[in-house]
Amino acid sequence: MTLSHFLILAAILFAIGIVGIFLNRKNLIIILMSIELMLLSVNINFIAFSHYLQDLAGQIFVFFVLVVAATESAIGLAIIVALFRNLKTIHVDDLDSLKG
Amino acid sequence: MTLAEMQFSVPDLGIASAEIFVLAMACLILIVDAFARDKRRTAAYALTQLALAGAAILTLAGNSGQLFHAFGQVLADDPASGSVKQISYTFGEMYVGDLMGSLLKFLVYVSVAVTLSYSRAYVQGRPDMARGEFYALGLFATLGMMVMISASHFLTVYIGIELLSLSLYAMVAMNRDSVAATEAAMKYFVLGALASGLLLYGMSMLYGAAGTLEIQALSQRLFADEANGIIVSFGLVFLVAGIAFKLGVAPFHMWIPDVYHGAPTAVALFIASAPKLAAFAVVIRVLVNGLIVASPDWQTMLIILSVLSMAIGNFAAIAQTSIKRMLAYSAISHMGFMLLGMSAGVVAGNPRLIFSAYGSSMFYVVTYVLASLGAFGTILMLSRAGFEADEISDFAGLNKRNAWYAAIMMMMMFSMAGIPFFVGFFAKFSVLQATVAAGRLWLALAAIFFSLVGAYYYLRVVKVMYFDPPASAEPIEAATDAKLLLSANGLAIALIGIFPNALMMLCAKSLVDSIVF
Repeated sequence: MTLSHFLILAAILFAIGIVGIFLNRKNLIIILMSIELMLLSVNINFIAFSHYLQDLAGQIFVFFVLVVAATESAIGLAIIVALFRNLKTIHVDDLDSLKG
Repeated sequence: MTLAEMQFSVPDLGIASAEIFVLAMACLILIVDAFARDKRRTAAYALTQLALAGAAILTLAGNSGQLFHAFGQVLADDPASGSVKQISYTFGEMYVGDLMGSLLKFLVYVSVAVTLSYSRAYVQGRPDMARGEFYALGLFATLGMMVMISASHFLTVYIGIELLSLSLYAMVAMNRDSVAATEAAMKYFVLGALASGLLLYGMSMLYGAAGTLEIQALSQRLFADEANGIIVSFGLVFLVAGIAFKLGVAPFHMWIPDVYHGAPTAVALFIASAPKLAAFAVVIRVLVNGLIVASPDWQTMLIILSVLSMAIGNFAAIAQTSIKRMLAYSAISHMGFMLLGMSAGVVAGNPRLIFSAYGSSMFYVVTYVLASLGAFGTILMLSRAGFEADEISDFAGLNKRNAWYAAIMMMMMFSMAGIPFFVGFFAKFSVLQATVAAGRLWLALAAIFFSLVGAYYYLRVVKVMYFDPPASAEPIEAATDAKLLLSANGLAIALIGIFPNALMMLCAKSLVDSIVF
């Protein structure tokens, strides 16, 4: 397993995350999962580079990303709950009151 | 960095004293508010303004009173006297204190304080928003902006951006019974998180290419040609896309109109003002201080972003009937115009023009924030409990209802349209001058064309205010302090338009004293 294996894995996961945000027309929770996937794929990048460069800074960065990802999920879920109370649905297509 | 090299030394907390103070005050406000019975949240409001005033004093005095001296020098019209380039780092080179940082932080405090003062009556009239959390979140967002402005490490850049964004997502959703507000918050959240993902991916690539996360060290490795050029360019694309999302320039602008439209006007004002200053600081820190070697790459990207934003922003704004949506598209076009200056610094590998070019961009952002505060401030004055003045038709006949507010709104519109001699004219003029000096005449001509298109929708608001019959005869009531501030804001637009030199000099000086690569 070389560095490029990890980088390619991370790139694939990152792409799946982005595609998941844009192609998903069903459920807001899936968007939350896609965001999480993006952030975690970046973590793979950081750890792979950190190991390759023998430099700890990259791994420390990962802890911060994990913490921020957790807070982001918390706020995202809170917004979904507020939205569900108003709309009674979390379908992406129903978010259409703002246009122009 | 290996384990053996790690040792603990006490960091110089003086550089971050304002940040520590703001953090402590935000926590204090949360506690005080938990015990407060007052429906108007006077204690939380007063403590927030106190926190901003205290932070302003700490920033003025911090870094050996650098900012205070700079103000003195510019007022005495002698910017070069005894100028010392003082840049101090702390927290293991993660945090930097310099003149540009101090100046932008000072402007952020002013902008947030003005925002909160304008919003006071609006917030009180809406029970969901009249909470201490509004003020605490505002302070946390301010703290995030301060961290962004002073960041000299990718980790601090990221933490600052997230602290700002997370606070803003919550603020947009504060009006939680409103479909529009929660929907705007959801869209803002998803696209903001996507932007953070892109930014992080870019950072990880640059880390891999250069082996460091420190912005100064990154610059040195790039100069020494020790980094893999292809990976740097690859990471740069993601980094620029992430920053463009946060700035809100096309084609990464989709969230701006929805958020401005759906968010409560007080929060839209917050988003439209101070964060632009912080985003500008991130552009300088990351792209200029860190990646000036890659400037041919990012300048081309910025030019594309800039032309697209000016085109999309100005043309889409024409079709709007909501004034908040119109101002959102205008924000997109203004940020695009600002990027013109950022792309004119290095010409054929020669950084001779950077201070005039980046100085013009900084002047542009500062004056745009000033005009944006005034325009949204007027919308807030016209809104009451249970009524949002967010359609252009709500401004009909404003001149007959209150001539002074109409005059202020007219000055804001003239300034944004770039009509001489309001401050926006000089901002546009100096950016165009920098663009022409960089040898991009066609770009300057395109920018002028798009500005002319833009003038149409700004002047339409003026026409509606002065020549249409009034929408309602109701007199406009506002608190005295907000009225005075709005008047001062209008006068500032007019006065800086007549005497732009002091501010222009201050911007240029702060960049000269802060840019290192």
